[in-house]
Amino acid sequence: MSKEHTEKRIVYSPDGEPIEIDPIKDYFEGGRPEIRNPRNGIIEKFANWARSESLWILGFGTGCGAIEMRPLMTPRFDAYRFGYQWRPTPRQSSVFVISGYLSVKTLKRVIRSYEQMQNPKFVVALGSCTINGGMYYDSYNTINRLDHYLPVDVYITGCMPRPEALLAGFDHLKRKIKEGRGEGANKYAENFDWYKANQKKIIKDWDIPDYNW
Amino acid sequence: MKEILEKVKRVFPLQNIKKQRENLYFVETEKIHLVSLITNLRDINGFKHLVLLTAVDRIENGVFQLTYLLNNDELKIDLGVRVFLDRENAEMESIHHLWKQAATYQRELREMFGINFSGSPRVDKAFILEGWDGMPPYRRDFDTLKYSEETYFPRPGRSTNDPAEYMKQKMYPDE
Ligand code: SF4
Repeated sequence: MSKEHTEKRIVYSPDGEPIEIDPIKDYFEGGRPEIRNPRNGIIEKFANWARSESLWILGFGTGCGAIEMRPLMTPRFDAYRFGYQWRPTPRQSSVFVISGYLSVKTLKRVIRSYEQMQNPKFVVALGSCTINGGMYYDSYNTINRLDHYLPVDVYITGCMPRPEALLAGFDHLKRKIKEGRGEGANKYAENFDWYKANQKKIIKDWDIPDYNW
Repeated sequence: MKEILEKVKRVFPLQNIKKQRENLYFVETEKIHLVSLITNLRDINGFKHLVLLTAVDRIENGVFQLTYLLNNDELKIDLGVRVFLDRENAEMESIHHLWKQAATYQRELREMFGINFSGSPRVDKAFILEGWDGMPPYRRDFDTLKYSEETYFPRPGRSTNDPAEYMKQKMYPDE
């Protein structure tokens, strides 16, 4: 497995000046995620209300469940009226919907995208596959329990769940955030070593920094 | 189709000629003749298109069965050429010089079955499984349930129903 993209290399500026580049250091933040303490009382409550009413979903489909997100965008189910919309990059999103089975190869990309999302961030796990492996429980290449790799806020059961179930799940997430229980990012920061150990156990060609903000 | 097979049979050893449909035949040949046979079919007999290249693990006989499915667009016929390899140190000549896309098939077979196609471009690069270091998972002696249980933290309390039995009980409880 080649790891050219993370190897140190020398590039030349237009004047011919050599510049040494260490991608792990220069392109990523390798530090640990930090725990964000809630502000006091009413300000945090107001912030939580604002957050819960404008949830932006990262447009990243992992399994069959990704199909269910399309009808949600259409006028029939129209998730936009609840303040949901889909965004193209992790930096703009606050909700990561893991839509079904996750292969190890995808998990690596998922972790990377999750870490690039800004705090506060929430994970919605869709379908039986994320809960106990679903019908791929005996596969050599898909994970069984998502909560060992990422902090999950809401599970939506079904194989696959209907769009209505997704809306109900989103509703649940909203309530959770308003009550101040949407603390997934903090949980990730607190148990960082445990999550990393689990992730590294199955991602064998680990060639990304430990935290790639 | 018959005429082509008769013609080819005079030059190459073909066994077990099997007619699946009017326009689909399967033949078996020996490993050493495979590449020249396929070249002959492609260049002289109009099988210009490689439809697919797959493997089956015939563990009972200790062999891998490779199937090269070829298509003749003019006569609208398909021909599957089968060849058997030893499971131990399975190795096969590459055909990427005939069809470039064969390299992708060969890369996948190398990863999933551990069949070595030496000389095929990028054949040793990871295809789907990144950093896999165990037994190739499509081999039939690979226990995928056991691997999954050891690796992926199975959630306790999972139960399974046989769908036929379960629905029978639900819908016709008295029978
Ligand atoms: S839970 Fe069902 S629908 Fe969802 S990803 Fe798994 S198999 Fe597909």
